[in-house]
Amino acid sequence: LALKLNVLKRGQLAALSIAAVVIIVGVPLWWRTTETYRAWLPVNQINELANLQLQLSADVEVVFARGTVTPEQQKKVPLTQTQDEEHTVDEDTALRYRYETKYRTATIMEEDALNQPTAAEADLSLHTLSESPCGSLVVYVIPESSTLLPEDVDVYIGQRRTALLRIGAQMRVGRTLEQLLAHLEPRIKQVLQVMSFSHTDITAALSDRVRLSPGNKESIADSMRAFKSSPGYEITFSLLNPDPKSHRVHWDIEGAVQTYIQPLLTKLAPLANFSIDSQTLYYAMLGVNPRYDSSRSAYTLNSDSLAHVINPVEARLGSNAASSNPVLNFLLYVPDAHHSPLHIHDHKKQEVLSNAFHSPRWGGIMVYNVNGFYGPEAVFPVDININMAKVMGVFLAQLRLLLGVQSSAPPPGFLVAPCSSTGLADWELDRLMWSRTVENVATATTTITSLAQLLDQIGNIVINDNIAQQVSSAVTSLQLAVAELEAGNLGFALQYSKEAILASERAFFDPSLLHLLYFPDDQKFAIYIPLFLPMCVPILLSLLKIVSEARQKRRERQAKKD
Amino acid sequence: IYLFTYFFFLLLYIAFMLFIVFDNAGQFFSSGHTNNWAVLVCTSRFWFNYRHVANTLSVYRSVKRLGIPDSHIVLMLADDMACNHRNPKPATVFSHKNMELNVYGDDVEVDYRGYEVTVENFLRVLTGRLPPSTPRSKRLLSDDRSNILIYLTGHGGNGFLKFQDSEEISNVELADAFEQMWQKRRYNELLFIIDTCQGASMYERFYSPNLMALASSQVGEDSLSHQPDLAIGVHLMDRYTFYLLEFLEDIHPASKTNMNDLFKVCPKSQCVSTPGHRTDLFLRDPGSVLITDFFGSVRKVEITMETINLTDPINPVNGELQIRKYSYVDQLPVSEIIHQKPKQKDWHPPDGFILGLWTLILLVFFKLYGMKHLKHIF
Repeated sequence: LALKLNVLKRGQLAALSIAAVVIIVGVPLWWRTTETYRAWLPVNQINELANLQLQLSADVEVVFARGTVTPEQQKKVPLTQTQDEEHTVDEDTALRYRYETKYRTATIMEEDALNQPTAAEADLSLHTLSESPCGSLVVYVIPESSTLLPEDVDVYIGQRRTALLRIGAQMRVGRTLEQLLAHLEPRIKQVLQVMSFSHTDITAALSDRVRLSPGNKESIADSMRAFKSSPGYEITFSLLNPDPKSHRVHWDIEGAVQTYIQPLLTKLAPLANFSIDSQTLYYAMLGVNPRYDSSRSAYTLNSDSLAHVINPVEARLGSNAASSNPVLNFLLYVPDAHHSPLHIHDHKKQEVLSNAFHSPRWGGIMVYNVNGFYGPEAVFPVDININMAKVMGVFLAQLRLLLGVQSSAPPPGFLVAPCSSTGLADWELDRLMWSRTVENVATATTTITSLAQLLDQIGNIVINDNIAQQVSSAVTSLQLAVAELEAGNLGFALQYSKEAILASERAFFDPSLLHLLYFPDDQKFAIYIPLFLPMCVPILLSLLKIVSEARQKRRERQAKKD
Repeated sequence: IYLFTYFFFLLLYIAFMLFIVFDNAGQFFSSGHTNNWAVLVCTSRFWFNYRHVANTLSVYRSVKRLGIPDSHIVLMLADDMACNHRNPKPATVFSHKNMELNVYGDDVEVDYRGYEVTVENFLRVLTGRLPPSTPRSKRLLSDDRSNILIYLTGHGGNGFLKFQDSEEISNVELADAFEQMWQKRRYNELLFIIDTCQGASMYERFYSPNLMALASSQVGEDSLSHQPDLAIGVHLMDRYTFYLLEFLEDIHPASKTNMNDLFKVCPKSQCVSTPGHRTDLFLRDPGSVLITDFFGSVRKVEITMETINLTDPINPVNGELQIRKYSYVDQLPVSEIIHQKPKQKDWHPPDGFILGLWTLILLVFFKLYGMKHLKHIF
């Protein structure tokens, strides 16, 4: 009997110890080995970023030339004013525009510069005196009698960051300084809308965060036309020669790019990297047949058929790009001898002067007629040298549009200086930098917040250390970018915003973040039951037996006691 | 009375002209997309699934004909039918019986082929999480103004689609992938077409905006194949895709047919199964969506009005171009091959065959000579 008891006790002990091992060692081990590694993410900071409060600061300097302020008014100047404008875009996004306006009188050298005969020369000599930092503006207020500006023009916008503002007639009689400033304020604001950031631009740049209902048609077209902010762009120039038997076309593309395009791209270097290449395609036809217009004795392409030109050509263009950057294609088409000259007509059947058209987010095509270079008795093939200045003038204009340099018409009474040789005025660059910075910040915040949301929702994605590090660096760069925007340092803000967007994109698109672990509950049961059930059933049964035996013994003891 | 009718017709005519003018200007703004992408996936392998490859290639052909270039098409074919050993006409894939139409041709650009077509790669293409070494042609480089067409075909069931006969993608994963695409604004509008059995179950779980979905059959129904070709020996196409293609043949790049006509393709009398569609997540009215918004690639164009006056002469490019002489490496270095020393072969543990042979020998030995020797070994 004792032996039997012993055996029984040994059995009970075995069952208990197995159960103990399973629970104490097995369950934690199973938990740890099936756990996914998730590095720590700064979730609090990310949630803070979800609520975006951007402040854009611009420094404006208003310089009074001689004849615009009276001596009593002059005593109260120099003066600094700060103006805030608040806009709430939606419940998560708010904007504040801060304009710090400094009023002062002109120095003697500036007065000399303003005595130049024309506005353009004045602008040039003013620029030699001082250079305004990125994002700031200088407005020179000139007396009404000044001959710098023509009669109907009140404001002249220069190529750098200066503007000349003609004071109104009502200020001729001496008034107080406050009245003068009140008179100038709306006009300076108008200048700022043109030369610095405007509310429409900034809200368009926030389109990634905020899906606004489309405003007017122009703003939709603008937002669709320009490429989104990207760390780099690839530009390809192609010469299409469908008729090499008649025309032997030469173009000095390297020299032209070096002289005309490269200065613009160097100026845009803070925004993105550009890589340029060029190619020549022979026997490449346009996909549409031009119609012969006998009244103009030329072949015409009307605007409806232009849309179908691009696709057949694009298949032949090829791409040299090894990166995932957007590609801008600029095509120069030299029509064949039988279809020359070829003109493009717009909706109203008028000839287009530039003979070129562009497609949003793709590039531009220009038709270059060469039939004027040779007479009917020429010996084919004819050598033709393309006038690269004319061609690059068109391509440069298209490049500006595609990169987002807005070309909306200035308000009445404004005269904008023509483009410099680089093709981009300083204030245009500033505008681009403002909108790109805001766009980068908006995109990076949405990327980071949606990544955090995604990782939170799907508990099965592994978060490696490098992703956590990228996210942290993106968050830090974002905070710095927002701070620099507040302080008004546009250059630094753009740089930080670029770093933020690179880090956030790298974190979001990391290949290891693929969620292939969708296990519906019934599949989970199907996996675990065959493994654990055969093991657990004997243990459970023996535990139950132990418990029932212990209860029986207690009952017997109770019975014995009674 | 004549005056009255005259004025009435004049008014009608003016209204009609105005409508046309607005329509032309409105085209730019009605769709909101600037480029088109297509992701065409065939998920089944083996020779008897010839029809799925033919389906996908026919849609590829139509999409190319209507203008989408190869650089904007991601074509994934899980098996190679054209060069299959069982193909009596190698290098061809036919989609009509009597071998009328060869959809393979010689300018097909397959981006993912054979075993590269997996659920993982498909999801990676959609979400953009590809390793940095992936070439451009294998990526879906869409932006927030791209309209994407996604076409899936193969064998499916209620809530899943089978890939490569060994794995499956569920409708929840697909819906999550689309949501990730939306979060990153990787599409403007997306058209999802699926031609499998019980295809409607695959779009049940979508929840992202701007998605339109079409399926060839409802839950509980099978999609049937169309015609067998007796010479090739397999079915060449599925019914839904066959009638879809017939419909697409009438579309040219300038046509104005809209989505409501696409929903009517292949009614029950022709298809035996009931095609379904889902448009509740789509913001625009399907009647205003053109077929070419998804299947073709009609570019928006603007006339360039301004030019820049450039007056500087061209600087000659300084420095002579370094003309680098390129030469091919010796393609068949015979001398090196002849005079090669025999390579030191690493020792490998014995192969399965050798192990089995020795096991057999040992067993026979111990059987013959008795088990008592076995005790000494073990």
